[in-house]
Amino acid sequence: MAEPLIEVDGLTVRFPTADGGWSTVVDGVRFAAGYERLAIVGESGSGKSLTARAILGLVPAPGQVTAERLHLAGRDLRNLTPSAWERVRGAEIGLVLQDPRFALNPLHRVGRQVEEALVLHTSLGRAERRERALDMLDAVGLERPRDVYHLFPGQLSGGMGQRVMIAAMLVARPKLLIADEPTSALDENLRRQILQLIADLAERHHMGLILISHDLQQVADFADEVIVMFRGRIVDRRGARDLAHSSNPYTAMLWNCRPSAATYGTRLPTLAAAEREALDDRGA
Amino acid sequence: MTAALELDRLSVHFYNGRHDIAAVREASLSIAAGTSFGLFGPSGCGKSTVLRVVAGIELGWSGQVAAFGTPYRAGQKPQGRLRRDVQMVFQDPYASLHPRHSIRRTLEEPLIVNGIADARRVAAEALAAVGLPPDIAPRTPNALSGGQRQRVAIARALLLKPRLLLLDEPTSALDMSVQAEILNLLMDLKAAYGMTLLLVSHDRDVIAHVCDSAARMRAGLIEAILDRPALAAV
Ligand SMILES: Nc1ncnc2c1ncn2[C@@H]1O[C@H](COP(=O)(O)OP(=O)(O)OP(=O)(O)O)[C@@H](O)[C@H]1O
Ligand SMILES: Nc1ncnc2c1ncn2[C@@H]1O[C@H](COP(=O)(O)OP(=O)(O)OP(=O)(O)O)[C@@H](O)[C@H]1O
Ligand SMILES: [Mg+2]
Ligand SMILES: [Mg+2]
Repeated sequence: MAEPLIEVDGLTVRFPTADGGWSTVVDGVRFAAGYERLAIVGESGSGKSLTARAILGLVPAPGQVTAERLHLAGRDLRNLTPSAWERVRGAEIGLVLQDPRFALNPLHRVGRQVEEALVLHTSLGRAERRERALDMLDAVGLERPRDVYHLFPGQLSGGMGQRVMIAAMLVARPKLLIADEPTSALDENLRRQILQLIADLAERHHMGLILISHDLQQVADFADEVIVMFRGRIVDRRGARDLAHSSNPYTAMLWNCRPSAATYGTRLPTLAAAEREALDDRGA
Repeated sequence: MTAALELDRLSVHFYNGRHDIAAVREASLSIAAGTSFGLFGPSGCGKSTVLRVVAGIELGWSGQVAAFGTPYRAGQKPQGRLRRDVQMVFQDPYASLHPRHSIRRTLEEPLIVNGIADARRVAAEALAAVGLPPDIAPRTPNALSGGQRQRVAIARALLLKPRLLLLDEPTSALDMSVQAEILNLLMDLKAAYGMTLLLVSHDRDVIAHVCDSAARMRAGLIEAILDRPALAAV
């Protein structure tokens, strides 16, 4: 088998606590992915976004990252210099951040932000950059891309901002795309359109994909492999097609508490405190 | 009985530097007190703009708006009781959380301003109610996960026991089990003191679970009002 595109082993992220100790928020995470689509699901606060950030060297101080292995296409990412990181980010690994407002610069127009990676990592001329940016804004389903190109982030709706963010990452054609809840503000149709776009580009440009999502149905349809996180640890790992029939109590729970018209007027099932503790022990 | 919210031909226009955008076009709706009302439709159709008008943030509108019988005036922030009675959870949680204030300060400040005793305890209970551990209280919003930030924004909006709660995609960043806890909490509060909910969500299942009726928007227009049987059928 060919070498995996991304290999992570023993990845740990921790933050100092007020009482002088450490709080471990990502705890010994291990996975490898090639050109199949890997998905990460899990509880709010379980360490999904920090896992993604650690792969890009973006865990903020005073956070501490350690790993036994952290390789992209055979290259060790653990001790890169700041300038080497600059080249890896955007050109080799693209991260679609969970929070578009936080990720987009409020003072720069959409067009400039989508073209930024092209300015940094390609030798394309102005007209070509603009052309590619407009094509990508169109591809993510934004109506009147020429207008959107000139808007500031504050003039976008939530779902428009999310799509601008996706366009800005895809336009650079990274080797690995990590998308953190990329479609959480979008309806069913747009979600499907955008995931299809990402999948097509991935195939065409041989791009690896890691999708972080809380939408189990989306993950089951889109991904090949799924890892499930709970309190910093991987508690379940399986093929996406088996996700709906997982014997893991937490994964099963995630399916059972879905709201619908049929649950109107009823309380949804939730994890009791005791069940949480039991899950925590299982992970250990 | 007066309605919790009444919109009569509400319109909002923006100028984006190139075009006039009719974000909301003569939208009319009425929400009975103590019920939950859903608002859904494609990205960019004007849902957040409607909520921002009712929250008193978007002041440039025309038409008529009244909450609990009290009319709003275009161009002016709502005054008096309305400021407390109407609270909003923003689509973007950063919008309601000060980036450099601790979560504790964010939660305690509105309590202190409104003269509510025992702010520290009430704030701690609000965190617990949305399933957050007490150790996040000293942190700033950027030291939380996306879903934790969203839950702090919900906790903050609930602190003053609003009579009308505006929720803009309140569970979009939450996994299913935490979403279930938040939806249960909202339903409990609705039952306990008759809180009225206006909920925007792109997730039709969430709308169908929560709402007694709903409106479908498209390109700034309210296209249809759905009652319970219609909601259950989609
Ligand atoms: N700067 C920080 N200091 C201390 N703790 C932090 C900091 N940043 C994040 N954390 C904690 O690390 C844990 C993991 O955060 P992370 O953002 O990876 O969660 P997540 O799985 O992406 O959750 P969500 O689905 O809600 O986005 C959370 O409990 C969070 O509170
Ligand atoms: N401050 C502004 N200046 C210019 N245009 C704006 C402004 N705010 C919103 N708009 C435009 O108004 C329209 C409606 O935006 P709104 O945020 O209400 O949509 P939405 O239905 O909430 O969409 P989403 O589901 O994507 O959040 C969009 O075309 C948006 O670009
Ligand atoms: Mg996250
Ligand atoms: Mg919106």
